[in-house]
Amino acid sequence: MFPMTACDLSVKVRQKHIIGPINLTINEGGITVLMGPNGAGKTTLLKALHGIIRLANGQVTFATPAKTAQEQQSFVFQSPIMLRRSVLENLAYPLMINGQDKQSAMERARTWATKIGLSAHMDRPAPFLSGGEKQKIALARALITSPKLLFLDEPSASLDGAATVEIEALLSEAQSTGTTIIMSTHNIGQARRMASSVLFMKDGQIDAHSAANAFFDTPPTQDAQKFIAGDIVI
Amino acid sequence: MNDLWNGIQQAIWLTLTLDADLVEISLRSLRVTLSALFVSCLIALPLAAILAVRRFKYRRLIISTLNALMGLPPVVVGLIVYILLSRSGPFGVLGLLFSTHAMVIAQVIIITPLITSIAHQSLRELWSEYHDLLISMNTSKWQRIKTLLWDGRRALMTASLAGFGRAIGEVGAIMIVGGNIDHATRVLTTAISLETSKGDFALALALGFVLIALALAVNFTTHWLGRTEREGRW
Repeated sequence: MFPMTACDLSVKVRQKHIIGPINLTINEGGITVLMGPNGAGKTTLLKALHGIIRLANGQVTFATPAKTAQEQQSFVFQSPIMLRRSVLENLAYPLMINGQDKQSAMERARTWATKIGLSAHMDRPAPFLSGGEKQKIALARALITSPKLLFLDEPSASLDGAATVEIEALLSEAQSTGTTIIMSTHNIGQARRMASSVLFMKDGQIDAHSAANAFFDTPPTQDAQKFIAGDIVI
Repeated sequence: MNDLWNGIQQAIWLTLTLDADLVEISLRSLRVTLSALFVSCLIALPLAAILAVRRFKYRRLIISTLNALMGLPPVVVGLIVYILLSRSGPFGVLGLLFSTHAMVIAQVIIITPLITSIAHQSLRELWSEYHDLLISMNTSKWQRIKTLLWDGRRALMTASLAGFGRAIGEVGAIMIVGGNIDHATRVLTTAISLETSKGDFALALALGFVLIALALAVNFTTHWLGRTEREGRW
């Protein structure tokens, strides 16, 4: 499936230019963290790479055919979207739409519910759980199909420390089992802990793209330097 | 006031003694209305889901038309169905006029736009909630429609009950196409109309109370079966 290549990618919404042109290559393995000020275009870039918003220009290509690549990706949204179903049914949903029979899907969902510490809430309606629990369900639902590429949009925004630790543990495990991760975050600490490479965005463009250590030790641009220092980047 | 009191007394008496005519008329009312509701739901619910999920030419026109048809005058529907089913009409050969089938057809025409519009409103909101998730999961159009219909089932039940309420209380159209024939096409509403014209207000009121009780019973039963308004449900 890899490398994933974005070539001259740009997105417009109602004729308004949002991001691009962006040229980017993501290789297999590791966690690429997208950082940048609000409105830089991080979420739009994630959605564009995943193919859920229309591109104004350019294309995203994979080493495998587009349909196969699409089937091997998952996306976790900043505000977790819960189906109006139980925790177990939420977890089993992606397996069932991929043709797995209900019994084995539910069995696998049960394993994941236990893994994320929600075994006591398996039959409760997912939308009524707390934000942290919903985010864990959303992540488990994205990982249950063992995707090769996982996109996450600020997965721990508005979560407390304990929930963030659990989310990061799940992500580290997914990465160690072969899932390539691209995630956006505002949390510089989280980026330092998780990232193997960093993409810094500003005004819809990639301002810097480098290995995480290099990015944090010697920020490649002035804006990146200000951002890491905690200054406001306009 | 006296008529009202007599009506209540007579309604209780007719119900307690299981008056044969009342039972026959009530059962026919239920049969006609539930048949119409069943046919209508088969058309309206998938149509509402398609209108919520798919974008196609004339979609807005269809939605506007359905909304406008919610206020379709039943007498006009009755008249049109009468002309279509009368011996000289295009479907006269079927011999359906003055039968319960004709009454069902008229009711289907009256309640389908109502159920579709209310169901579409609910499913549109659900679709805006699910849109990103279902698109990101690469679901087919059919899977999206199925998911919406299943997860929105309680809202759809409300839409169906609105249709039921309109159908069971309908008199104009079914009077025209059914003919209010004793032991054949007489239902509660047409019987009420007949008794009122005869000046037997007490019996008309009694039938009215039975009609209200029947409508309430169906609503309560449906809500009970659908487990709405219980903790952690929709």
